[in-house]
This record gives sequence, C-alpha cells and structure tokens, in this order.
Amino acid sequence: MLMKSEKSTEAAAVTASTPILALDGITKTFPGVKALSEVSLSLFPGQVTALVGENGAGKSTVVKILTGIYQPTEGHIIVDGEATRFSTAQAAADAGITAIHQETVLFDELSVAENIFLGHAPRGRFGLMDWPEMVRKSRAILDEIGAEIDPSHKLRDLGIANKHLVAIARALSIDARVVIMDEPTAALSHKEIQELYELVEQLKTQGKAILFISHKFDEIFRIADNYTVFRDGQFVGEGRIAEVDNDALVKMMVGREVDNIFPTRTASPGETVLEVDGYEHPTEFADISFSLKKGEILGFYGLVGAGRSEFMQSLFGITKPAGGMVKIDGTAVSIHSPADAVGHGIVYVPEDRGKQGAITPMPIFQNITLPSLARTSRKGFIRLAEEFQLARSFTERLDLRAASLDTPVESLSGGNQQKVVIAKWLATQPKVIILDEPTKGIDIGSKAAVHEFMTELAAQGLAVIMVSSEIPEVLGMSDRIIVMREGRIVAEVDGDDMTPETLVRHAAGIATEAMEG
Amino acid sequence: MLKRLVTARETILLGAIVMLLALIATRFPGFVAPGNLASVFNDTSPLILLALGQMIVILTKCIDLSVAANLALTGMVVAMLNVAYPGVPVPVILVIAVTLGTIMGLFNGLLVWKLEIPPIVVTLGTMTIYRGIIFLISEGKWVNSHEMSDPFKAFPRAEVLGLPVLSWVAILAVVVIYLLMTRTTLGRAFYAVGGNPHAAVYAGINVGRTQFWAYTIAGALAGITGYLWVSRYAVAYVDIAGGFELTVVAACVIGGVSIAGGIGSVIGALLGAVFLGVINNALPVINVSPFWQLAISGGAIIIAVALNARANRTKGRVILKRAEQAA
Repeated sequence: MLMKSEKSTEAAAVTASTPILALDGITKTFPGVKALSEVSLSLFPGQVTALVGENGAGKSTVVKILTGIYQPTEGHIIVDGEATRFSTAQAAADAGITAIHQETVLFDELSVAENIFLGHAPRGRFGLMDWPEMVRKSRAILDEIGAEIDPSHKLRDLGIANKHLVAIARALSIDARVVIMDEPTAALSHKEIQELYELVEQLKTQGKAILFISHKFDEIFRIADNYTVFRDGQFVGEGRIAEVDNDALVKMMVGREVDNIFPTRTASPGETVLEVDGYEHPTEFADISFSLKKGEILGFYGLVGAGRSEFMQSLFGITKPAGGMVKIDGTAVSIHSPADAVGHGIVYVPEDRGKQGAITPMPIFQNITLPSLARTSRKGFIRLAEEFQLARSFTERLDLRAASLDTPVESLSGGNQQKVVIAKWLATQPKVIILDEPTKGIDIGSKAAVHEFMTELAAQGLAVIMVSSEIPEVLGMSDRIIVMREGRIVAEVDGDDMTPETLVRHAAGIATEAMEG
Repeated sequence: MLKRLVTARETILLGAIVMLLALIATRFPGFVAPGNLASVFNDTSPLILLALGQMIVILTKCIDLSVAANLALTGMVVAMLNVAYPGVPVPVILVIAVTLGTIMGLFNGLLVWKLEIPPIVVTLGTMTIYRGIIFLISEGKWVNSHEMSDPFKAFPRAEVLGLPVLSWVAILAVVVIYLLMTRTTLGRAFYAVGGNPHAAVYAGINVGRTQFWAYTIAGALAGITGYLWVSRYAVAYVDIAGGFELTVVAACVIGGVSIAGGIGSVIGALLGAVFLGVINNALPVINVSPFWQLAISGGAIIIAVALNARANRTKGRVILKRAEQAA
C-alpha cells in the first residue's frame, strides 16, 4: 500500500507539468448569460480528477465544451500542451476524449459489438463491414475489462451496469485518452459500483485521464486523486484529494459552512394512520406489513432493486397486488387506481423527476389543482373561482412568485416549478405522503430545502414515507427505518439501532455473526 | 381565461385570415360581403365540426384517421334509412346519426384504451373497415337526390335568424366544446394527459379512459356531420369525404394544436378550419388553379408547424436565463 502511494506520487510529480488535457481561462456566454467565467481544469494521465459543484455550477457546460458540443466564447482548450479548438463532437472524439453519461447514450436495438464499434467499425474488402473481426475485437476488449457480456447480444437485453461497461468498452475501442464519467454510479447497485471502481483503477493503470463527476462524497474520496471545485460558473479551487476533508470540500462548494445538514426535529407521532398487512405481488414483493403514525417519518432503505418502489407503486394503485390489506385510520380501504389512493389521502411523489414533474404547457393554477379537481367541481363542472382560490392559497403559502397564476408552468424557473409540484400534492390534503428518492441527483443546497420541507410536513401531522438509498439521509431524517431486501422486509429498526452498519448489514443480507466474526 | 385562449398564435392566425380576406377583396370585393362570408362559413361548417373532435383527440397524444370514414358510413346509413322509410322524422335521423357516430368513435377508443394499440394503427384499420362496411351495405350503389325525402334534404338548409341550420350546428358545437374544454374536469384531463401522461397518472387521471372519451366525442361529431353532409349535398356513396381526415388534421395543425399533445384550443381549431375554408372558397373565385390551391394549403400547414417549432426553440433559452439568476 505504501509502495503504491509512493509510486503514484512520483508519477504525479513527473506528469503534473504536462496534463493531457487542460482548460485555460474558459468563458462561455449564452445570449445574456455567462454560464462559465474563466474556469480552468487540468486532467493528468493515470489520475482521476473529481469535478465537484452544486447543480448549476457549470459542470455540464464544461463536459459539453470538452466533448465539442459547445465552443468556448473565450479561453483555450489545451491538448498535450498545444491550444486547439474542438469545432465538432467528432473533433473531440478524434483527440481521444470520450464521455460516459449517467443515462448511457447507446443504441438499444443494435448489438453490443455494433455499439462498441459504431462509426469506426473494422472494414474488410471493398470497404464492407468485417463482422467477425468486429465481434472478435469486441470480445477482446470486454475480456480486458472483465465484463462477461456476449458481443452479439442486443444492448436492450443488458442491465444498466452492463450498459456502462459497453460504454467503457467503446471508450477503449477508440483508444480514448480522456474518459469523462458523468454521475456513472447514479443508477448502479452497491456491487456494481464496486466493479466500476475496479474498472476505474484499471483505466488509471493504462494511463488514461479520468474526469469523474459525482454528488456522492464517499465515492469522490474513494476514487479520486485530485479535485476541482466550481461554484456558480466560476473556478473555486483544486488540489490533491488526500489534502482535503469532507467539510472543506462542502465549504468550497457552497461557499459557507454547512454545520448541520439535517434539520433537528422533535418527533411526536400521534395515532396510527396507515396499516399495511400481508401485501404481496406475484413477482415483485411479498409479506409487506407495517404501520405508520401521524407526524412520523418512516424511512425505507434497501439496495436498488429491493422492491421498495414497486411496493409503493402498488400501494398507490398503479400496479395490482396479489393480496394484502390496507387500512386508513383503522378502516380497511380498497385501492384500485391512483385516483382511489388520492381519494383516501395517499399521495406518491415518484422518483423520476422528469416524468413526475409538472404538466408544463398547463397554467400554474391548473397544475396545482389537477389531483384535487374533485373538490372544486360539481358533477364534472369546475367551479373556477373555487379552483383559483385553492391554487392561490398554496402559492402564497409556498411563496411562489409568478406574474400570474394563469401563465404556463414552462415559463417558470426550476425552483418555482418544483414549488408548483409540491403545491399540487399539498392541495390534495393528504394523510400519507410517499416520497421516492426525494433528493436523488440534486445539489446540497436543494437537498437541505427538501429535508426542511419534509420536517415541516411531519410537524403538521402528515405521515411521511421516504424511500431513500442514501444512508446519511435515511438516518438523518427517519424516526424509524424499514429495510427491504429481495422484495421482503428484513428489518425494522429505530432508536439506537439506527446505525449505518445495521442498515448495510440487513440490506446486503450479511448475517450478524459474520459481521462480528 | 380569455386572455390565455387568445394567445399569440390564435391572434396571428386571426390576423392572417383578415389579411387574406383583405387581399382577396382588392381583386374581388364581393367576396367579403357579409352574405358571402356567411356562405363561406356555412361551407366550412363540416370541417369545423370534425376539427373540434380531432383537436380533442390530438390533445391526448392520439390521432383519429377514421373521422371521414365514420362520416361517410353514418351518412350512407341515414340516407338508406330515408330511402327505405321516408316517414322517419329528422330528429330521429339526427339521434341515429349521433348514436352511430358515437359507437364508431367508442370502438376506436376501446381499442386504444383496452388493447393499447397505437392510435394511428387503430384508426387506419377502422377507417378501412368503416369504408368497407359502406360498400357492403350499399353494394357500391349511390343514393341520389331524387330518392331522398324533402324534409331530409331541407334540414341543413333551413334558415334560422338568417343562417342555415348547418352553420348553427357548427356554432353550437363550438360553444359546447369550448365549455367542455375550459369548464369540466374531463376537459382538463384531456390537456393533462397530452401534456404529461406520466404526471397525469400520478394525479389520479386514467390516461386510457380519457383518450377513450376523446375518441367517443370525435365520433359523435363525425356522426352528426355525416347526416348534415349527405343531406346538404343530397348524395351518398362509398367515397364521400375521401381523404377529408387529412384536411381535418391540417386544420388542427394550422390552428396551433400541437401534434405532440397537450397544446391547443377550441378557438385555434375553429380559426384553422376557417383559414382553410377561406382559401378553398376564395382561390377558385380569383382564378387560381386547383394545383395552386393545394400548394397554398400545404404551404400554410408548413408555415404553421414552423411557427410552432420556433416557439419551442425559444423555450430552451429560458433555462439559461435562470442559470444567470442563480449565479
């Protein structure tokens, strides 16, 4: 271990003066907007550089400049010490720069081999595709990265993790020197993330420069050699990851001390609102039983694919369960559709932000009242005055600023659009609110706002179910935590039992003895 | 509410129609005489009726290619009924036409909702089926003017307060559909389903059922238009209104109804239909060849779509302004 770190320090000393790729004083302006202001960034061979910043810090603009999609307004892109321009995405690819995105941009209907070699397929006689050669080369690259994928399979048959591997294989096939990874672990399970880390190590030993973009601090500290921090389109700082800690990095990102990440709350759960007994589904989950009290935040922890979202969607009436009973305020209810669930006071805010978001061409007030229309209408006819009043009461409560409630949601800023979505659910006057991964992929500042909001909901007597895969969040916010694994509840913990170790152990299915032994 | 409905797109279209009329008036002043404008409107009424139904269907991210075939089948059935039983009064004929059209629309809707077949495939299929049924029941024969009873033919032409009944039916439909779209929960659901079907599901709206209702309403409108069409032209045969479904879609697109769903208004669909009606009536009058008539209608569609696309592009820039505010 000591040997290795000495060696890498030495390597860094040799190469530090000559980054493969650097940005120098890059400014990017759009009509009326400065997205980046004189930022710089250096990527060194055999090293991982983490690019850190809140949403809107300019990370994605940098990625687009590096991959030739945007051209900088001012400043230079320096490849091997020489200033160049990437006027097209192809020019960036020719310079050996490749990007792996959070949602892989590959072709589902093509085979793995075709995906790897699209655009630079081996040619045989008469310039025709040399299929056997393509499959052979694909297999060699996949073997090299330890991926057990058949190159002739269609991409659509692979899981997310394997799709990432194909994207990485593609990067290797074009002999990429710089690999940009934009939140690569967002959709991966714990085990898959470990495999990705190993792969990153392997890419490092091959001398590739890696730009790693992530919101997760644990993985930044686990994998990065260097860091660069952006804030509001400006360069804030850079250095060796070994020379900073969590707090210092957060401080650079947000420009202030974040002393208490989770809001303090005094939980005083009231009577039981929701009881679920023996809920089951033929393929997705079984034996789900729990209860939920007023003013309580119940965390649902588990690995991705543990069946948490599937259960919640069934509870909300989207999919049909095979059996089980739901009681609201002690009365058994039957929920066959989302409308039934909303009618019984259960609302579900799904994980997929793009899809669950507002209906953007619709005016603000219509978005807010959509799930509550039954209350402001008689026999199918909407009472416009009542409707408007309902919407207004919530926009005032959430301090939503808009010229008029009649304007379409698409004309609002992101923050205000979020408020519209929140107002929409609050207007239904729910008893139980289910939040599925409420802070996935959002920056620290916005996370705090969401946590604050959850606390407020609970304080008002709402029962909150929070599905989250982030341990600090589950521990920081929940009064009680249910852990699911492979479609079943494996543990229910509260009080002093709520520790990271317990959660991980139950979620991963590691027996207590094994941990202690 | 009124402000939102008369958004820029509708205003531009209204301006275009006024300019078109002014242009025609310089060469043929008689065209803009009130009497002639009323007859242009009357002539456009079937298109307006169908465009209203099509607008609702397109709003929900679907399309109905079977409206013209529905019209033709309904028209043939009521025409043959009139020949067989000349004594059946017009109100009963109207009820039969609406019922028949509704059933055909309902059938489209059920296929889209319950079997989840893509709308364009469903209505392409039913379009052919409905035309085929006309052939089967009529054996390819025409029902001609002299075979129809006088009350049957007189109804759409009867004048009430200076306008023919056909025009009044269109006006009534515009008012009813306007109220449906702006004042009812169903109308709101049409917009929600087209604007973001996933969000609509979570808001408790049944997407399939909403689309089913859109088809049913479009079918009912096609049914009533079927009787009015056949009685006004006093002829029924297999191919009446052949290809008219595309004119109907064109009227919607020109009227600013987004083919991607979620955007559109009753006023827009009305103006889109009127625009095509003015072009079709004016061009022969000022001696423009039929070829140019088609080309001009086609040009109008492309300009309308290009304007919509440009509106969408400017939408993208707003995000960046927000980035500046955050900075």
